[in-house]
Amino acid sequence: MNKILKKEILTDKIHMFEVEAPQMAKKARAGQFIILKISDKAERIPLTIADYDRERGTITIVFMEVGKSSTELATLNEGDYIECFAGPLGKPTEDENYGTVICVGGGFAIAPIHAIAKAMKQAGNKVITIIGARTKHLLFWEDKIRAVSDEVTIVTDDGSYGRKALVTEPLKELLTERSDVKLVVAVGPVMMMKFCSLTTKPFDIKTMVSLNPIMIDGTGMCGCCRVSVGGRTRFACVDGPDFDGHEVDWDVLQLRQTAYIKEEKTSMDRYMSEVNKDGSRGDI
Amino acid sequence: MAGLKTAKSVSMRNQEPAERKKNFEEVALGYSEEEALTESKRCVHFAPKLLDDGRTILCCPERPCTKGCPVGVDIPDFIKAVRDGEMQKAVDILKAKNSLPGVCGRVCPQESQCQAECVVKDAGDPVEIGRLERYVADWELGQRKKSPLKDLKITPTGKKVAVVGSGPAGLTVAGDLAKNGHKVVMYEALHVAGGVLMYGIPEFRLPKDVVMSEVEYVRSLGVEIKLDHVVGKIITADELLESGYDAVFLGPGAGAPMFLNIEGENLNGIFSANEFLTRVNLMKSYLFPDYDTPVQKSRVVAVIGAGNVAMDATRCALRIGAEQVHIIYRRSMEEVPARHEEVEHALEEGVVFNILTNPIKFIGDEKGNVTEMICQKMELGEPDQSGRRRPFPIKDSEFSIKIDAAIIALGTYPNPVIPETTSELELTRWGTIKTDENTGRTSRKGIWCGGDMATGAATVISAMGAGKRAAKDMDEYLKNN
Ligand SMILES: Cc1cc2nc3c(=O)[nH]c(=O)nc-3n(C[C@H](O)[C@H](O)[C@H](O)COP(=O)(O)OP(=O)(O)OC[C@H]3O[C@@H](n4cnc5c(N)ncnc54)[C@H](O)[C@@H]3O)c2cc1C
Ligand SMILES: Cc1cc2nc3c(=O)[nH]c(=O)nc-3n(C[C@H](O)[C@H](O)[C@H](O)COP(=O)(O)OP(=O)(O)OC[C@H]3O[C@@H](n4cnc5c(N)ncnc54)[C@H](O)[C@@H]3O)c2cc1C
Ligand code: SF4
Ligand code: SF4
Ligand code: FES
Repeated sequence: MNKILKKEILTDKIHMFEVEAPQMAKKARAGQFIILKISDKAERIPLTIADYDRERGTITIVFMEVGKSSTELATLNEGDYIECFAGPLGKPTEDENYGTVICVGGGFAIAPIHAIAKAMKQAGNKVITIIGARTKHLLFWEDKIRAVSDEVTIVTDDGSYGRKALVTEPLKELLTERSDVKLVVAVGPVMMMKFCSLTTKPFDIKTMVSLNPIMIDGTGMCGCCRVSVGGRTRFACVDGPDFDGHEVDWDVLQLRQTAYIKEEKTSMDRYMSEVNKDGSRGDI
Repeated sequence: MAGLKTAKSVSMRNQEPAERKKNFEEVALGYSEEEALTESKRCVHFAPKLLDDGRTILCCPERPCTKGCPVGVDIPDFIKAVRDGEMQKAVDILKAKNSLPGVCGRVCPQESQCQAECVVKDAGDPVEIGRLERYVADWELGQRKKSPLKDLKITPTGKKVAVVGSGPAGLTVAGDLAKNGHKVVMYEALHVAGGVLMYGIPEFRLPKDVVMSEVEYVRSLGVEIKLDHVVGKIITADELLESGYDAVFLGPGAGAPMFLNIEGENLNGIFSANEFLTRVNLMKSYLFPDYDTPVQKSRVVAVIGAGNVAMDATRCALRIGAEQVHIIYRRSMEEVPARHEEVEHALEEGVVFNILTNPIKFIGDEKGNVTEMICQKMELGEPDQSGRRRPFPIKDSEFSIKIDAAIIALGTYPNPVIPETTSELELTRWGTIKTDENTGRTSRKGIWCGGDMATGAATVISAMGAGKRAAKDMDEYLKNN
C-alpha cells in the first residue's frame, strides 16, 4: 500500500502522481520502472519512474489514459493508496560520462526522458534534449527539461508551439552539424523510437531505446515481455527495458503490443458504461 | 499380500469430465469419513498376523513407504491415527515432517514416491497415502475455520531472519523459524504469497484457499510478509545482512521460462506456460472482463511438453473454452513425466496426446498471430544421461497442424536477479545457487538457500523438505551466533 502524496493533471489525459515509497526511492534510477495494481481485480501495469526524491522518499510516475487500467488509475486522488506498487524494476539506463548525449522524448515519454536527461547531466554529460508532442497543450515539464539540459529543442506536429516538425528532424540536423555526439537515447511511442533509430543509423551513433511490450510480473517469470534484439529473444523486464535501437526487431514489438486489442476494447467499453451509469466520472 | 481384504484402493470421487472441463472447481473431491476409514485399513503395518506357531508378526515392519517420501513422513503412524479416529494426532504426526500436508496430499507425485514403495502394491493398488494425507489436512482446515488460530506462546530470541520468496521452501523456513522464536520477515516479489502454488498450479487441482490458509497460518506465527518486494532490486541480500538481519534464506524458485528458440516463436498466441498459467490463475483472467487481465481464447491449442506444467496448461486451456487441445511431446507415453493422475484426468477431459512429435517452426498471418505449427515425427534411440531413450527426428516426416495458440511448457531455469546482486555466492553451471543438501548452506556465511533455486525445477515436497533442513541448521546457527 503506497500513498499518493501529490497528483497533477499535466495535460489533457496525462497525469502525474508522486507516490510515497521511501525504500524504493533510495534505489530508483533513471530508466527503471514500477509495476502497480490498484485493486483486487485490476491488472498489473508497468510505468516508468519519471523522477524520484531520495530525501522525501517519493517516486514520481507520469501516465497517459489509454485504456481501462490507466483511466481508472487516473480516478485516484491525493491521499488515496495504491494497493500494489513494486519496483524499481528493470536495469537502469547506463548513465556514464559519454561527452555529449542527445535525449529524445515524445508524448508521455517527456517524463521518463526527463529522468534520463537528469541522470546524464549528473554523470557529467553535455545534454541536448528534444521533446515533442502532437500539439501545444500536450506538452508538459518544459521547465523541468530545461533545468537538466544544456540545449532544448521543442517540436509539435502542428506547429502550435516550438518548431513544426517530428523529433527526427532536429535529431538529424544535430547529428549532421555536430561530431561530438556519443549517444542518443530515445523514449516514446514505438514508431518514434524506431524512426529515431533509423535516423541515427547512418551516423553510426549508439542509440538506446526503452521498450514497452506488454508485461505481467515484471520479474522475468512469464516471458510475455519478450522482444527480439540482435536476433536473440530477450525479456524486456529483466534484460531491459533499454536496448540498442539498431538491433531491435521493431515489427515483432509492434505486433506483440497489439495482442489484446480486442479484449482491451471490451474492458474499456464496459468500464465506460459503468462509470457513465453511476455518473462518478461524467468528466471523461 | 497376506492380511489384505482387498487389492483395490478406495477410489476418490471426481467431478465428471464433461462437467468439470467447464469449470475451475476442484476435480478430485476427497474422501468421506467412511472412505478414509476403509482406505486406512489397507495399510498393514499395524495389522499383526497370527502365525501357525502362535507368534504374531508385523506384516510390513520395514515401512518402506516412509523411505519413498522425501521428508520421511511417519506414514503408518498417521494412517493408524486416522483408523483410530484420532484426527488431531494424525495432524500432529504429519506436521512433524510436512508443514503443507493439504498441498502435498494433492500434488505430490505419490506414484513415484511414497506409494511406489508400498508393499500392498504387490497385491494390487498401493495404499492411497496421498489421499489420506489430504483427508487429514482438510479435516484440520475445517477445524481451523471453526475456531480461529490461537496465538502460540513463543519466547522471542531477539534474532531476525529474512526469507526471500514465499513458495513452499520459504513458507516452511518462515514457519519453523518463527515457531523457534526468531523474528521472520518474508519478502515476496508478487502481490500474493504462495509462489507456484498460487501462480502456477490451477485452482481445480489445488484450491487457492488451501494455500491461503497455509500462508495465514505462517502469518499467525508472527511472520511479517512484505509483498511487492523484489529482492535484488529494492533491497539486495547483502543489504539485508548489513541492515540487521542475522540470517537470510533464499527461496526464489526457478521461475524463468525456457523457450524452443525456433522460428516464429514470438508470434502472438504463443505463450510460455508460466505466462498462460499466471494470467489464468494469479490474475484470474478466466473471469475476464470481471477481472481486468485478459487471456486469449483459442479454438485449437498445442501445448509443448508433457510434465505437470503442461497438463495444467492443457486443462486450463480447455476450461477457458478451447475446442481441441493437443499435447506435443517428443518422447513416448512411457516417458511422460507428469503425475499419472493428471495424465489420466487430461485424457478423460479429451486432451489429445501427440507423442514422438517435435515442433520445428511456427507460421503466422499478417497480423502476427500464429496459425500453424510445423512438426516432425521422432523415434527413440539409446538412453541418454537422464536414463530415458533419446529421441531422434525421422527424416522427411514433417507435417503441419493448424493451431491458434501454442503454450510452451519445456521447463524453467533460475532467474538471475538474486545471483547477480549477491556477492560471494557460488553458482553451479546450471545457474542454481551452490547449496549443501543437508543444511541448505551456501558459500556465503549467513545465507541459506533451498527449493527450486538450489535444485532446479523439482517438487513441492522437495522444496519443503529443503526448507525444513535449512530451518534446522539456521536455528542452530542463530542460537550460537
Ligand atoms: C517498461 C514500461 C514502461 C512504461 N512506462 C509508461 C509510462 O511511464 N507512462 C505511460 O503512460 N505508459 C507507460 N507504459 C505503458 C503502460 O504500461 C500502458 O499504457 C498501460 O499498461 C495501458 O493499460 P490500459 O489498461 O490503460 O490500456 P489498454 O487498453 O489495456 O492497452 C493499451 C495499450 O497499452 C499496452 N499495454 C496494455 N497492457 C499492458 C501491460 N500490462 N504492460 C505494458 N503495456 C500494456 C498495449 O500495447 C495496449 O495496446 C510503459 C510500459 C512498459 C512496458
Ligand atoms: C504449473 C506447475 C505445476 C506444478 N505441479 C507440481 C505438482 O503437481 N507436484 C509437485 O510436487 N510439484 C509441482 N510443481 C513444481 C513445484 O511447484 C515447485 O517445485 C515448487 O513450488 C518450488 O518451490 P520453491 O519454494 O522453491 O519456489 P516457488 O514456488 O517457485 O516460489 C518462489 C517464490 O519466490 C518469489 N521470488 C522470486 N524471485 C524473488 C525475488 N528476487 N525477491 C522476492 N521474491 C522472489 C516468487 O515470486 C515466488 O513466489 C509444479 C510447478 C508448476 C510451475
Ligand atoms: S509428503 Fe508426499 S511423498 Fe510424503 S507421504 Fe505425503 S504424499 Fe507421500
Ligand atoms: S508400505 Fe504400505 S503397508 Fe507398509 S506401512 Fe507403508 S503404507 Fe502401510
Ligand atoms: S513481464 Fe513477465 S517476464 Fe517480463
